[in-house]
Amino acid sequence: MNKVMSNKSVIALYVIPSLLLILALIYMPILLTGYYGLMKWDGVGKMSFIGLHNYTELIRDELFWNSAKHSFLLAIFSTLSLVVYLIVALVLSAQIRGANTFRKIYLIPMLLSSVAIAQLWLKIFHPTNGVLNHILASLGIEHTPEWLSNPSIVLYAIFIPILWQYAGFYILIYYAALKNVPSSLIESARIDGASPWRIALSIRIPLIAEVMKVTVVLAVVGSLKYFDLIYVMTGGGPNGSSEVMASYMYRKAFKEYDFGYASAIGFFLLLICLVMTWLIRRATVTKDSIQYS
Amino acid sequence: MVRKTLTMSMAAVVSLGMVLTGCSTGSQPAAQDTAKATASGNATTTSSAQPAKKVNIKMMHLWPAGSSATQNKIVNDIIKEYTTANPNVTIEQEVLENEQYKNKMKVLSTSNELPDVGFTWAAGYMDPYVKGDMFAPLDDLLQGDLKDKFVNGTTNAYAFGGKTYGLPVELNIVPVYYNKAIFAKYNLQPPKTYDEFKNIVKTLSSNGVAPIALGNKDRWTGSLWYMYLADRIGGPETLKKAIDRTGTFNDPSLVRAASEITQLVDMNGFNKGFNGLSNDEGKAEFMNSKAAMYMMGTWELPNYTTNKDVPQTFKDQIGFFKFPTVDGGKGNLDSWVGGPGVGLFVANNSKVKDEAKKFVSFFVQKWGEHAISEAGVIPATKVDTSKVKLPQMYIDLLNELNKASNITLFADVQMKPASAEVHLNMIQALFGKAVSPEEFAKKHEEALAKESK
Repeated sequence: MNKVMSNKSVIALYVIPSLLLILALIYMPILLTGYYGLMKWDGVGKMSFIGLHNYTELIRDELFWNSAKHSFLLAIFSTLSLVVYLIVALVLSAQIRGANTFRKIYLIPMLLSSVAIAQLWLKIFHPTNGVLNHILASLGIEHTPEWLSNPSIVLYAIFIPILWQYAGFYILIYYAALKNVPSSLIESARIDGASPWRIALSIRIPLIAEVMKVTVVLAVVGSLKYFDLIYVMTGGGPNGSSEVMASYMYRKAFKEYDFGYASAIGFFLLLICLVMTWLIRRATVTKDSIQYS
Repeated sequence: MVRKTLTMSMAAVVSLGMVLTGCSTGSQPAAQDTAKATASGNATTTSSAQPAKKVNIKMMHLWPAGSSATQNKIVNDIIKEYTTANPNVTIEQEVLENEQYKNKMKVLSTSNELPDVGFTWAAGYMDPYVKGDMFAPLDDLLQGDLKDKFVNGTTNAYAFGGKTYGLPVELNIVPVYYNKAIFAKYNLQPPKTYDEFKNIVKTLSSNGVAPIALGNKDRWTGSLWYMYLADRIGGPETLKKAIDRTGTFNDPSLVRAASEITQLVDMNGFNKGFNGLSNDEGKAEFMNSKAAMYMMGTWELPNYTTNKDVPQTFKDQIGFFKFPTVDGGKGNLDSWVGGPGVGLFVANNSKVKDEAKKFVSFFVQKWGEHAISEAGVIPATKVDTSKVKLPQMYIDLLNELNKASNITLFADVQMKPASAEVHLNMIQALFGKAVSPEEFAKKHEEALAKESK
């Protein structure tokens, strides 16, 4: 086996097909998007080169920055919600009864497709027949909110299913990481008289710090390029009050046939994600990872 | 045991998810298969043809057998009829759903490989294709075989610079449907003037009935209301001119139309939360008899006449009225908002252009005969109401159509794509009272000025 793997041509044989695929399907389109971003192009006719015009327009585009603000709000909320997921995972990974069942329940939303989730929540948020407003009405609230049509609450209303959708995913990651913490460490801490609170803060959380960094990056980048539920549930409306960067890009490309500008947005979005990833990695850098064993 | 039921339910959820994601694409391969089958079926009949040159016409349409069964059948019937009469011709179909159809058109056009014959939407949608020289002008057909076959003015939406690049197969106008039972309960009569209409709205909303069903997430639904008010207040030309830049959205009558909308909203004229509901959800309020009125195109007619899934008692309750006139306004009762739906085009680089044109001409005429009686689709060609057997509501509306003084094309179709988006967003904002009528006009002016450069 070792002999085969040390043969360079064999390594190339294994690596090249997937390398080509990734180059052709991921890196080429990224480069092309950057290229289209320099063009004036309606998606059908001929392109004409206009240099950085799309980007200068983008910098001044109020609607874009409005959608960017919404995307960043989503990123903040998903990062904050990580704390809740961590607490849930800490509880689940302690030896409590039914932990297994709960873990599976939390995971179920992840198994549903986004469109199914959107349809489900559309029913829940329905202004007259929705479950949510029925409950509120039975509690005696007269003017039940119009969740998806009131511009000042629609964004937050739509965050709920988005966060709910990914809860299981992060809980599962934390749960798996916490299960990897050697039980001997926890055992000895307990013998030394440490409270569960103390154990969590001083042993379990520090030991999964690396995983937490990864989840923060995932949550932030995932939020910045988020698209599906918003597209299905509100289409970015009413009047752009739930628009995010990706849905704005979609609107520009497929509704207004401005592919050049949409490509510029796409490329800009990529840059924002790269910068954010870099910033997060930098902010959370630690000299050496904590090890107790 | 618990564990077992859990895994079972998990499996159920997984498979449910698969079904849900799967069904969107599921119908389509089947449709394509049948299309291929008919195409190859036609191919075998050609082998016995006379020495005429064999011609293969590629056609793309948007009525899969799964979701639009009757239209699909009519297309196949017409093709069969044509290929039997012209055994040297084979017609190869490709069938896609609406959105996929639009996407495929875009992809094919970038590589200049449009089908010989296909469908396009009017005005703004086809603009880039016409500019890119991808569609062939069809004026020779309009002067020849199809002379005087179309309802007046319906091909205008497909004309650019004096040439017509598409032939419409559908025509829709927009009446206001109303629930006679609800009207009777509160002693109301279909309105003739806008003041009467506002009184109806007041009566209904004070009795806890939603006066008008509207799903304004889709935005063009609300645009219909604005267009009618603009027409009745300013006459049919004011809005048209504002859009083609010979006029302006700052015109007092257009600003007043916008402020009438905000008044309707203030009177609780529309069902709750309309800005967050899709057209289908809004429509559901009307179909459940929770809302009394619903303004929508004549494509809804089957739901009130022939559709077997709708209970007969409900269908009997539905009537329609024309949008009432506004006191002192310039518009009259017989001016309609509406427009042609999809139309046929012939690709400019088609190798069989003449054959394709001949087929298109045949198709338009046959479609006119079949569409209304079989699918309830009003064709853009003239219909002789004395010859076809139709539900009364169809006949009434067709007669209205024949005496229509004007048909104003949907505003978002009249505009170019970017302005259309601004218009639709502004409609949503206006209905949501996020902008004033003056701002509404201002944003339109900005967008239209920018795009007309």
